[in-house]
Amino acid sequence: MGKRTVIPFGPQHPVLPEPIHLDLVIEDETVVEAIPSIGFIHRGLEKLVEKNEWPEMVYVIERVCGICSFGHGWGYCKSVEGNLGITVPLRAEYLRTIWHELGRIHSHLLWLGLLADGFGFESLFMHSWRIRETILDIFEETTGGRVIFSVCKVGGVRRDVSNEKLDKIVMTLDGIRKETRELTRVFLEDSSVKNRLVGVGMLTKQEAVDLCAVGPVARGSGVNNDVRCDGHGAYPELNFEPILEDGGDCYARCKVRIRELFQSMDLIKEAATKIPDGDIAIAVRGNPSGEFVGRMEQPRGEAYYYSKGDGSKFLKRMRVRTPTNANIPALVKTLQGCDLADVPMLVLTIDPCISCTER
Amino acid sequence: MSYITKSPWVIHYDGSSCNGCDIEVLACLTPMYDVERFGIINTGNPKHADVFLVTGSINEQNISVVKQIYEQMPEPKVVVAIGICATSGGVFRECYNIKGGVDTVIPVDVYVPGCAARPEAIIDGVVKGLGVLAEKKAAMKEKAIAVLDTEAEAPAPEPPIEIQVYGSTEPREHGGAHDASTPGKGEA
Repeated sequence: MGKRTVIPFGPQHPVLPEPIHLDLVIEDETVVEAIPSIGFIHRGLEKLVEKNEWPEMVYVIERVCGICSFGHGWGYCKSVEGNLGITVPLRAEYLRTIWHELGRIHSHLLWLGLLADGFGFESLFMHSWRIRETILDIFEETTGGRVIFSVCKVGGVRRDVSNEKLDKIVMTLDGIRKETRELTRVFLEDSSVKNRLVGVGMLTKQEAVDLCAVGPVARGSGVNNDVRCDGHGAYPELNFEPILEDGGDCYARCKVRIRELFQSMDLIKEAATKIPDGDIAIAVRGNPSGEFVGRMEQPRGEAYYYSKGDGSKFLKRMRVRTPTNANIPALVKTLQGCDLADVPMLVLTIDPCISCTER
Repeated sequence: MSYITKSPWVIHYDGSSCNGCDIEVLACLTPMYDVERFGIINTGNPKHADVFLVTGSINEQNISVVKQIYEQMPEPKVVVAIGICATSGGVFRECYNIKGGVDTVIPVDVYVPGCAARPEAIIDGVVKGLGVLAEKKAAMKEKAIAVLDTEAEAPAPEPPIEIQVYGSTEPREHGGAHDASTPGKGEA
């Protein structure tokens, strides 16, 4: 048994776009234990429900995270809509689904870029982010914002997207499909990339269940916990099958996300053909006066939105549980026994979103 | 733009932002906006950096981190606060854990408002920061010249005449340190 050393990792570290701190206990070059500590980005925004009226709170909840911002807004709206007992027009649900899936494409492309940057493949990083800009252009065209676009509101959505524009979006996605295929082939087939990913950070199916992993981390280990199967938004009417891989390593998690990229493109294409005409929002009356839990499948996994009202303009309690928070135990498990040089890879393959985690 | 004659390197730290501004900072580096054409590179080492980009506001946990990064950067340096949270706290201003904008802890030279700040605005802010950097550098140079001048102008203190004759048989006091108060010692 060698001498044990503690290496601090973060909060400011070149591979981390966001601050998280890990104390890595290492023996020679092997990590024997990892102790995470968080709190560098804690804002305490759940408490703001006492100061903001519930319709305004959407803007705050959207800023839980800038990457999956639309999904957070939708999750909150879903929770409050359940509280109020209202049903959203179908066109609004379709539009929400389309924006959410576009958000998933942008998030996964962003993650692929960061992963490539993590193992030092700079040109792949650049190409992923170049393709991602096309999605941001679609956002800007349809909502006016690039990353945060307060387009979701309780009772529906703020803006309509014409059917012609939806066709244009589908055409744009078909245009980037070939490029994305070429890009992801490098991730899946290139030997230098596979050397870094295959067999690294094993998480078995049982461990994923025991540690309550969510999202692509769990699906990479063969656990189906995709909330989209539950049937919210327009998903019940779309041809949706959760994507599962059973490798359990970094490569499997990468593969799940890559397959989800193309699945999202298919879902948007299908939704654009099936979208019904009609209203995009309904008038909301009254104040929430009960408890409701809304669940969403964010790009990183299941997110959970709890709201409790007392009939006033202010909610009594609001709670968000985000996917990275749920994945930290799985991360700590996979870090045990890995090489020190693989730590950035493992941290990146859970797709950490620290501002989600700490809110 | 004529003052961009050097390659300014930036360091980025996420205070307590929602990620929106961070991904826009990174987007500046990628082919669409490509700030590398101005020689701007994102570095992870504070000692390599000239420009400090801070996104998000300051909370209790990250005060020390932001201060440490700032103090480790060599002079001259410029701080650019990116996004409305870094400027004033923004939508999180009233949160219990938020102390306010970045200027509550370190001096800020350029503010880039926006939620999230657009890449074009960030590039504008950094370019403006480079102007400040050039000014600071010129000021440092002037100060250094002024110090040299004052040193040159001031009457030089009369150096004590001290001639030592080696091989003197007299025993030295204090192990060789010559005392100016004993003139004529070497003239003998």
